[in-house]
Amino acid sequence: MNSMHGIQLPSVLVTGTSSDAHTWNLVYLQLLLEEWGHDVTNLGPCAPDDLVLGAALEHRPALLVVSSVNGHGHQDGLRLVRRLRSHPELAATTMVIGGKLGTDGLRNVGQVRRLLEAGYDRVFDDGDVAAFRELVSRLPVRAVS
Amino acid sequence: MTRVPFGDFVAGARARGRLVVQPRMGFSDPGRMREGLARTRAADAVTVGTLTLDSYTRVRDLAAARRAVADGVPLNGYPICTHPPHTSRAVLDGIHDASFPVQVRHGSARPEHIVSALLDLGLDATEGGPVSYCLPYSRTPLRDAVKSWRTACGMLARHTGDGRVPHLESFGGCLLGQLCPPAVLVAVSVLEGLFFAQHGLRSVSLSYAQQTSRQQDLEAVAALRLLSDELLGHVDRHVVLYAYMGVYPHSRGGALTLLEAAARLAVTSGASRLIVKTAAEAHRIPTVADNVEALETAARAAADAPAPPPGPPAADSEVYAEARTLVHTVLELDDDVGTALVTAFRRGLLDIPYCLHPDNAGRARSFIDRDGWLRWADTGALPLPTAAVSAARKVTSADLLSALSHVQRAYDLGGTP
Repeated sequence: MNSMHGIQLPSVLVTGTSSDAHTWNLVYLQLLLEEWGHDVTNLGPCAPDDLVLGAALEHRPALLVVSSVNGHGHQDGLRLVRRLRSHPELAATTMVIGGKLGTDGLRNVGQVRRLLEAGYDRVFDDGDVAAFRELVSRLPVRAVS
Repeated sequence: MTRVPFGDFVAGARARGRLVVQPRMGFSDPGRMREGLARTRAADAVTVGTLTLDSYTRVRDLAAARRAVADGVPLNGYPICTHPPHTSRAVLDGIHDASFPVQVRHGSARPEHIVSALLDLGLDATEGGPVSYCLPYSRTPLRDAVKSWRTACGMLARHTGDGRVPHLESFGGCLLGQLCPPAVLVAVSVLEGLFFAQHGLRSVSLSYAQQTSRQQDLEAVAALRLLSDELLGHVDRHVVLYAYMGVYPHSRGGALTLLEAAARLAVTSGASRLIVKTAAEAHRIPTVADNVEALETAARAAADAPAPPPGPPAADSEVYAEARTLVHTVLELDDDVGTALVTAFRRGLLDIPYCLHPDNAGRARSFIDRDGWLRWADTGALPLPTAAVSAARKVTSADLLSALSHVQRAYDLGGTP
């Protein structure tokens, strides 16, 4: 378990979406978060909604990161977050999504709004590591007992 | 319809000194899909057509594919199991014939539903493999993928005869697309080719994806040709090269220059077919026009490329020695290639660097060396000499990002790696 200066940094669950087979985005996010000191569980690509839900209920991460680059991120991400947010145990979990979320490579304001309304706390543009780091650094930290 | 088997078409082009070029193209709208096939056929190049399927069909979430089609939501490929057969036949009618074979590309670890749908449409060429579409692209247990691919191979093989020779291409030369040392790509391709042959296929292709060093790539394709000559001499076979499958250059100039390098590599290494990438690759799902431009650019570059030296490829390379060791180590595990593959991955005798699948050992690590060659940072339990490890070290997120974008940066800056 990672701990720095007696502080336990928030745990993170990283996952792809059910239909997305891409891996490098997930490997990169895991290495990045581990270097920032976080414990990371990485579900890998093509994680079905059931698996993500089960892992979230089991690990109770402070942060759940959904990464998708196959163009189905809007549809898959929307369905997934509705499922996750229907469980009150996960109400306090910060949930974010990012990557290439549509098939046309354009940021779609309406789709971003729907993702936020459905339960994501943030929707990141592809490659916006600075904004992601900012959010991660603001997660509540608890002292190691 | 006069049939020409996929493998015969490619062999015919090769005999005429022409590289076959092929897109990776799929649209959910049948009209657009038909237009894509028609314009691939009409391109100024020797082409074969592609139906690339969507991600929902790939993971067998046919309910999601149906909803998307009903709601008019665009998918990232053609939902072959969702559109009614008469719709798909109309897409192919008058386009798919003796002068224009069509291959179905999908990415499914459990492809029986896809193979059934393509056979129903009169198609018999597809691609994938029990390892190459399982470990990198799914959460399906390897044992289940092997079982599904046995069934799928049997379904295809049963359609042999009466002028038909079903063709299956191993996707083993791609794996995670980048950062896999070539010996593993070559070994998995050959092993999947052997698996296909063991389950009745009489025509196969072995793949290799362009990596970071032209010299290393030439050695790798030579190794692939030698090993397939040694082990697959009893079936029709050819090598298919994939234009770079990693992070693609963002600039138009860089993207097309990388594609041209792939086309020249294909010709000079003795590959018979090339799957192209487009100038739009880094930004979005490519359009039909993007694909036609890529096909014609690749065909022009191929026409000017030097032919491979005559005779069999050289057998003295490091890639050949490593790949040969991997292949024979696996084959000695069991007479059944599928069973041998499952055992090999369980023991880490095959190990795909950075692959997150639970059935992959995940101990092997790779890096791009100063000379641009892909080498081992850690061989894990792979049966390779310890000398194969060039620089034992921990790979950081910055190292990884830098390695992943190595080719993209070089080409976007107007050079080569």
